[in-house]
Amino acid sequence: METVGLSETFTRLKKQGKVAFIPYITAGDPDLSTTAEALKVLDSCGSDIIELGVPYSDPLADGPVIQAAATRSLAKGTNFDAIISMLKEVVPQLSCPIALFTYYNPILKRGTERFMSTIRDCGVHGLVVPDVPLEETKTLRMEAKNNGIELVLLTTPTTPTNRMKAIVDASEGFVYLVSSVGVTGARASVSDKVQTLLQEIKEATTKPVAVGFGISKPEHVKQVAGWGADGVIVGSAMVKLLGEANSPQEGLKELENLTNSLKSALP
Amino acid sequence: MASSITSSSSRLFPITRESQPTSHSTLNFSKFASFSSSSSASGSKTSSYISCSLTRDPSVLPLEEQSKLSNGSVLFQRPDSLGRFGKFGGKYVPETLINALTELEAAFHSLSADEDFQKELAGILRDYVGRESPLYFAERLTEHYKRANGEGPQIYLKREDLNHTGAHKINNAVAQALLAKCLGKKRIIAETGAGQHGVATATVCARFGLECIVYMGAQDMERQALNVFRMRLLGAEVRPVHSGTATLKDATSEAIRDWVTNVETTHYILGSVAGPHPYPMMVREFHAVIGKETRKQALEKWGGKPDVLIACVGGGSNAMGLFHEFVDDKDVRLIGVEAAGFGLDSGKHAATLTKGEVGVLHGAMSYLLQDDDGQIIEPHSISAGLDYPGVGPEHSFLKDIGRAEYYSITDEEALEAFKRVSRLEGIIPALETSHALAYLEKVCPTLPNGAKVVVNFSGRGDKDVHTAIKYLKV
Repeated sequence: METVGLSETFTRLKKQGKVAFIPYITAGDPDLSTTAEALKVLDSCGSDIIELGVPYSDPLADGPVIQAAATRSLAKGTNFDAIISMLKEVVPQLSCPIALFTYYNPILKRGTERFMSTIRDCGVHGLVVPDVPLEETKTLRMEAKNNGIELVLLTTPTTPTNRMKAIVDASEGFVYLVSSVGVTGARASVSDKVQTLLQEIKEATTKPVAVGFGISKPEHVKQVAGWGADGVIVGSAMVKLLGEANSPQEGLKELENLTNSLKSALP
Repeated sequence: MASSITSSSSRLFPITRESQPTSHSTLNFSKFASFSSSSSASGSKTSSYISCSLTRDPSVLPLEEQSKLSNGSVLFQRPDSLGRFGKFGGKYVPETLINALTELEAAFHSLSADEDFQKELAGILRDYVGRESPLYFAERLTEHYKRANGEGPQIYLKREDLNHTGAHKINNAVAQALLAKCLGKKRIIAETGAGQHGVATATVCARFGLECIVYMGAQDMERQALNVFRMRLLGAEVRPVHSGTATLKDATSEAIRDWVTNVETTHYILGSVAGPHPYPMMVREFHAVIGKETRKQALEKWGGKPDVLIACVGGGSNAMGLFHEFVDDKDVRLIGVEAAGFGLDSGKHAATLTKGEVGVLHGAMSYLLQDDDGQIIEPHSISAGLDYPGVGPEHSFLKDIGRAEYYSITDEEALEAFKRVSRLEGIIPALETSHALAYLEKVCPTLPNGAKVVVNFSGRGDKDVHTAIKYLKV
């Protein structure tokens, strides 16, 4: 099936008065075939967009859970070509769009243009690159546009207002609001600074805003949706379940349960 | 404040000759209160730059100002306002850090024009670190390199090993600690490979009463146990890093993660001219005293300039410290020496500038050692301080434009130099420094009679004896 892109997904959800549920998992942890299954499970449980992480040796923005997932995946021999092969097979079976999450060096190694066309060819719609600041996104944005990939940019609690405005202006697909000053990883609660930040961003743009980092429980999801987020991103909580389960089957089952409980907390 | 340096370059780091006893800090820290993190600060890249007309070093001025200078020299924009050296450098970090980097840069430029800060720093470098370090004529090494007809170059050693803590690392650590205090940050973090930068950071934190956390790869902690003890003795917390390959690159990544999380209270004392802008520039400026002293000392000793400068390159800080002063002197040859480990074709080396490809690591675009998938490779060198898969972006730039030359030396060659210099001059060099000294074997036969060679003696080798013991028969 042909899926629609990120912006269109948000437009549709908005009409329905719904908030997007966006899970994140790391490709290749525990292995690529489990990842393929996990993508299908997440899709069938009603995920609206799925973020798929490309494992990297030096993930600066990631906490211990996603770091460990990347290390395990790389130790298993996961590489970019293998991930692309898997996606070529699985994406046609999914109803929701995929956004890849990768650090910059693997993109540079391939060449930005080649990277973008490769991911487009396997049906990926979006891209998030956490270690490229706005000033350096020119080439990325150009090549993304040329290949129909929506490049999502991130804004954070330490981003001054002027800069936030420039970021949201340039972001495609949606605006990624990082909920806290820190790296990925579940936290006990979501900072109520997020509420203010959401308001500020919504004054600056009509583009959809999804909140990520630290969100792991139904209460968090409900709270963030209540504050006006158009989407919620849940990463480490998912990755931990899948990566640390006693078996892939068990991991997939727990993934399903968590997804259902989180989805039910959303309008 | 008078300075008798005749150099036309930066007053960022004046070296005073008068004795100005400073028994306590004379800095007024409150005037820097405005540098503490504030999310209402303007974030656009042009408006956050504080125009500092007192900064005379052309290579750190913003683009617009540089074009107005007319001293006739080729003005490399090193770096430009985006922190680029040509295509290298930049700030490839999570968005969370961008504001902190902007503030750090603004504070650095402001303080470099601040007389009180400069006075305080000069006093500490003189009375605590022990500067200026001697430029020593190595008589027996010079003799060793004399050819059959009695001709040969003259070898001088710039004695950074005589600094407090035994290496050049302290120059940067001391300055950044002072800068952190000005920023009102009470918590310091650092990464370390061999432990020398960690020890230097722990040292300055003890001196300034700052909380200190050093990240070190679990593997490195084992092979440098003595330095781990030293850091803890000095009051620092040493945190093992188990992720990835558990070595320097992973410690650096973890330090960056800590900074992302604690950016509002914490200053990150990065140990080399690597990392995101403004670090490559800042760390270079704090080490530039090495080159400035060398120019003055060369003038005093032989009434001229050095002909050849040689320094080992890991991240590249001691090399940039020596080279920077002379980059615009085209008649001075700049030679950087990296670690070839088991050999360039063995796959076990750290010769980034020879065997690496351009990519992004720890916030900077530079040459780095990576595999076909763009994953960062674990390098190898017998010397932990050179065991880094990246290199400072300015070195990548100097290599690409052909201004500096880069070669590499194997573990074995370095160990030979370690022994040779100990025997010929009675100075035990650090294994890192031994790489630069080993290169003398290759370059001296090609140099004209009387050529003046200055080798940056970046550190002493006491820390390396237990490693050397495994390989050397003495």
